[in-house]
Parts: sequence; structure tokens; C-alpha cells
Amino acid sequence: MTMSRRDILKSLTITAITGSVLRVIPIEAAEFAHHMVASEKAAAKAGAYAPKFFLGHDYKTLQSLCQTIIPADDQAGGAIEAGAPEFIDLITSENKDYQLSLGGGLMWLDVTCTDRYGSRYLECTADQQKEILDQIAYSKNAKTDPSLGAGVEFFALLRKFTADAYFTSEIGIKYLGYVGNTFLKEFPGCPPVPEA
Amino acid sequence: MQVARSPKVYDVCIIGSGASGGTAAKVLTEGGLSVALLEAGPPIVPERDYKEHVWPYELPHRGGGVGAKKRQGVGDEFMAPNGAWEIEGEPYTTAPGSTFRWFRSRIVGGRTNHWGRIALRFAPVDFKVRSHDGMGDDWPLSYDDVAPYYDKVESYIGVFGSKENIPSAPDGIFLPPPKMRCTETIIKKACDKLSILCVPSRLAILTQPHNGRAACHYCAQCGRGCVTASNFSSSQVMIPPAQDTGRLTMITGAMARELIVGKDGKVSAVSYIDKTTRSEKRVHARAFIVAGSTCESTRLLLNSKSTLFPDGLANSSGVVGKNLMDTVGSDGGGYFPNLEKMPPHNHDGVGGMHMYLPWWKFDRKNDFLRGYHTEFGGGRGMPGVGDWDDLCDHVEGYGSSLKQMAKKTYGTYIGFAGRGEMIPNENCYCEIDPTVVDQWGIPVLRFHWKWSDNEIKMARDMQQTYREIVEAAGGTYMTNTSPDGQHPYGLADGGVIIHEVGTVRMGERPATSALNQYCQAHDVKNLFVTDAACFVTNADKNPTLTIMALTWRASDYLMDQAKKGNL
Repeated sequence: MTMSRRDILKSLTITAITGSVLRVIPIEAAEFAHHMVASEKAAAKAGAYAPKFFLGHDYKTLQSLCQTIIPADDQAGGAIEAGAPEFIDLITSENKDYQLSLGGGLMWLDVTCTDRYGSRYLECTADQQKEILDQIAYSKNAKTDPSLGAGVEFFALLRKFTADAYFTSEIGIKYLGYVGNTFLKEFPGCPPVPEA
Repeated sequence: MQVARSPKVYDVCIIGSGASGGTAAKVLTEGGLSVALLEAGPPIVPERDYKEHVWPYELPHRGGGVGAKKRQGVGDEFMAPNGAWEIEGEPYTTAPGSTFRWFRSRIVGGRTNHWGRIALRFAPVDFKVRSHDGMGDDWPLSYDDVAPYYDKVESYIGVFGSKENIPSAPDGIFLPPPKMRCTETIIKKACDKLSILCVPSRLAILTQPHNGRAACHYCAQCGRGCVTASNFSSSQVMIPPAQDTGRLTMITGAMARELIVGKDGKVSAVSYIDKTTRSEKRVHARAFIVAGSTCESTRLLLNSKSTLFPDGLANSSGVVGKNLMDTVGSDGGGYFPNLEKMPPHNHDGVGGMHMYLPWWKFDRKNDFLRGYHTEFGGGRGMPGVGDWDDLCDHVEGYGSSLKQMAKKTYGTYIGFAGRGEMIPNENCYCEIDPTVVDQWGIPVLRFHWKWSDNEIKMARDMQQTYREIVEAAGGTYMTNTSPDGQHPYGLADGGVIIHEVGTVRMGERPATSALNQYCQAHDVKNLFVTDAACFVTNADKNPTLTIMALTWRASDYLMDQAKKGNL
């Protein structure tokens, strides 16, 4: 079968407008279209992302935090490779609430690190970074030390968005082991469930 | 503003193109009648509107929308553009102390582009509830009257299922059901242990080629729209054959304002706003079918006031807007450690459950009346934004431990959704808000809502049942609900289940009902209301299949009456 992308899209459009159920495109054509669109998208190399909200130093801090939340390991890359900083910068640039909570949170982190360690988060030593993150990564710490409240809230939101970006990325989906989003002639059912 | 009048007179004008309007359009045009079909929204174009098979990473917002405002729930970037909880410029109001949410669709096919394709027949007892338990009212027809039309609808649209001979869930004409997913295998085993019925679900999705449509390809993405039309929607299955007759005139972007009554007391025209030109136009016809969805149809009747019908059209009984019902909904779910050991495998299946729990306690005394069915799902679905919120809040921390925990627990959650029958009560109704209009100048609806104790007790039973099932399956129940507050036992707000019915109900007596058993207005013989507004009760069955069966029956009756010159 040789069909161009244009032919496929045209047949899809005709289906939509004239719409007879008897002219619905065959499953093979739909599958072909799907694979073609997917491979085109994969081939289109994304240009370097230009940050819109977190600029310069702030973007570097965001990258560092994302990669710390979900690091690379021997099984899969980390949050930077999964595009988490781009995703978070994009949605923050579009949402005033997140500009306050994430933008303000990043400032809180740098101010707090400067107070404690004499330098911003990014320039702190690895031990110092771990110390502050270990405090703001758990909500119970804000109960014993209310001054950590803003930091805990910031980190909780950043963690969710990093997870969003990571596990919806190509490497993240592969890491989880999601198998699907494809065309099956038959649904195979459940493989044997191991004993609990 | 210009008022344009078209001189053409159609045999029938249908308002709304969803489950009901689409069915009427097919039956009537195939029966030889000329039909004008008004739809308030635009056409749906699969090539443009469907995001089937798109991966989240192919979209910059990963499906969460601009500003991540659609992170979870209906309306993410992947969903077909099928409706919304809020529509700009088209408000509705709620009375003080009432909470009601109204999901509206403005597109060809209406909410059939969205629904779960769950296609359940009402049981015989569902039509005769008052005779059975003394509450609510009986329908003016019986299961045997509707059964031939259930047959017609199922035969045409294609519904999978299995013959089970369960009194609360009559069998239909079924295509073979798909095999069980792992999550369903586990729950089925637990239900067997507890003597709770768990059987193949009944969904309007093709497991075999059917009437020229291809079989399902098991991508689980029905909600995004299906380019092979392997699931049912009015836009892909009902409207095309109507168009093929050459007798259908589709008018999109047409927001009906008022039904115009002639001196003879019959409806002569519908006045509508052409949204593109913002002008008012009219369509003339010999008969009218109102099928704009329950509350929208109600609004149109109540806004159609005249000297002959000062309280709104077809409303001499005063019942129009009354008896508003939704489905009793309460959800719960749990974590299943044995699913952690499952190797990666394709768990997608059809876009919905392969198994479900019909109402199983129909033969015993419960502490509430009527019943509920249960939908359930979970497992290794396509990851989406928002899916890890609970994990993040629960395990907290960061680094490898967080990453590994996400992988370990992926696909180990199964959720249950109870869907039960509400009994109509005098505190649940809608009316025209005396002071608010929409952007077209059309007065809007105001909702009143209050659950009764029966619904709260039913929600409690749902929560108890789901905990028992989860624990019997070796899982941990993770839902916490409280007996009081806005959502007792997790009871969803009115309207949230999107099964609103009952506001233009049928009945034998014109004093207490608006329509006869053929959806024909007692007061106006060339007017029919065929969507779920005509329902007398809201059985624990999703309304769509019954909407289509009743519409098909009403359309046959309309054609018969037209032939006899009775309209």
C-alpha cells in the first residue's frame, strides 16, 4: 500500500464531512496514518527550548531541582532528559498561580540558602543542597518548623509537575513499562497473574 | 437584528443532534420524511478534532492544557471536543443552598461523543417502581413495549455483552465481549468469593465488524473519538445514514430560542439564533421533536410562552422542570500489591470496562430502595498528567526512591464507581431564572437540588461494598469518606454523573405529566420531547440506550400518526 500523508488525511477528512459509516476508512489505513504521523513527529528534531518564565540562573536552578527529584539511573534517564524543565517553564509562563507558587518558591529557596549558607541554592555544596531539600521534601517538617511552610508547599508542587513531565515522556513511559496505544486485531486478555 | 424567515416547511424539525436527535433523524428520514436538524454547536471533524493515538509527549503541554489547567478529568487536551462544565457566555444559576453542575455539549452528536458507551437496558421492574415499592411513579409503558426497540437499537449500533439471565439487567442482542484485563480477573475472583455478580459489561463498542464499521482495535481511547467509528456516537453512526437519504438538512450553530405556536395551538416554527451571523431565524415544520438534552429541552419549553400557553409550552400540568434526577454516584478504590508483580503487557482493551457489577441485591430487603450497578477500572493505562499526585503526596521525598516507587506501584490501583437510582423529590427541579440571560438574550435555567436519605444510604452501601471487594481481593481500600458534609459517603454533587432526566416526564394523566407514552405532548399534538426529559424514573442504568429506544418508538409513532393525518 502506498498512500501519502496527504491521501490519508484527505480520506480522514472525507470521512468526517460526508460521514457515511460505509465510507469509514479501513482499520489498516487508520493504522498506517497513525504510524506515519508518529514517525514524522519522532523525526522532527525539536529545536532548543527557549525558557519563557524561569530565565538564566532561575532556569538552571529549576533544571537542577527537577533532575534531583527524578535522577537518571542505570535503567533510564532523568527529568532533564524527559523535558521536565521545559514543561514546567511553559505551564508556569501561562498560569499566574504557578508564577506565584513556583516563581516565589524558587526565590524563597535562594533567599533561605543565602541566609543559611551564604550562597544561592545552585552555588551551595552538595551536602548543603541535600540538607535543605531533606527539610522541604516532607510536609511533617513544616509542622515542627512553620518557617519551612513556603518551601514545603513549593517543593510539593514542583515534585508533582516533575512527575507529570517525567512519566508522560517517552523515556518515562518506557521506564514504567506501559505497553499499548496501538492497534490490535484481538485483545489478548490477562497474562497469568503471579501468586500474591 | 434581522429576523429572517425561511418559507420552506419541513415535515419534521428536530432540535438537538445527540443520542435522541440523531436517532430520530435516522428513523424519520429513512421513513421518507424531510427533516431539518438544528444543532447549537459546530460539526465534529475527526481529522481535526480527534487525538486518537497521540502520545502525551507529542504535545507541549502533555495533555494538561495551557497553564496545566486541565490536568485531570474530563476535558484534557486528548478528549474529543464534546462539552464542558462551563460555557462562556452561557451561564446557568443555582438557588441558594443548592449545588448542581450541568455538563453541556455544543457539537454535532452532542454528548454521545463523550459518553462511556455503557448500554444497559432498564429492567421490567424499573418501569413499574411505584407498583413495586410505592415511591415515585410508574411509566405509562412496560418493558415489553420498549423491548422491541432495545432490539432495534442494539442490532443497529452494536453492543457487546453476554447472556446472563439476571432479573435486574435484561439481556440484549450482543456481540461477543472482550477478554478480561488483569484488573478484571482479580475483581471477578473476589466478587465470586463474596457472591456479588460480576459479568461482562455491555458497551456500544464493536468487537466484530458491524453494519459497515470496523471492529475495535483496542486502544482504550474511545473518549478521544474513534477514527474507525468502532464505538457508537450519533455523529458517526446515526447522522450519516440520515444524510445519505438526501432528506436531511443539517443546520449547525443554531441555538433554539423559542417554539412558535400558531392559532391552531400547534407548533409552527422554531425561532433560533444563527450564531455565525448573530441573527434570528426560523424553521417551519409540520411536527417538532425537542431533543436538546434534558435540561436544555426544558429550558426551551419554559421559554416558549404564549397567550395559549402562559406557563410555557406543554406545561398545563406544571410538571415541566420538576422531577429532576441525576444518578447516585459514589467512588472508591484500592491498591493491589499482587499487581506489582505483573510483567509489562498491553492492558488497554476497549475504551471502558470489560466487566461490571450489575445490581445484585434485588431479591432481598436493603436499608434503601432501588439499586445500583458498579463500574470499575484501573491498571496499566497510558500515563497522564496528574496521575502521580497521590503518589507524590503519599511518599513525598525525592530521588531514586520516588522514581522507583512510581514504577513499582504503576498500574496497581483499581477504582470503583457506584451508579444508582435516585428517587425524584420536590426539592430537585429547574426553572427559568427571572433575571439572568445568556449572550443570546435567552433566559437561563436556575437549579434547585437536595438529596434525600435514600441516596445517602445507597452511597454508604457502595462504600461498604467496595471496601469488602478490595479487601477480599487482597488489596488495601484507600478511600475515606465521611457520613456528613457536602458529600456524605462520597455522594457526588447533583448533575456530576451527567445523567440528568425527568423534567418533561411522560405519564397517563395530563394533570401530572407532560407527555404520553410516545413522547408526544398532551397539550400540543405535533410536539414531541424525546430525550431523557421524558423519563419517569432514573433506573440504575445509564440513560442513553433507553433514550434511543424511546426515540425510535416515538419516531415510528410520529410517522404512523402523520400517515393517518393526526398531526
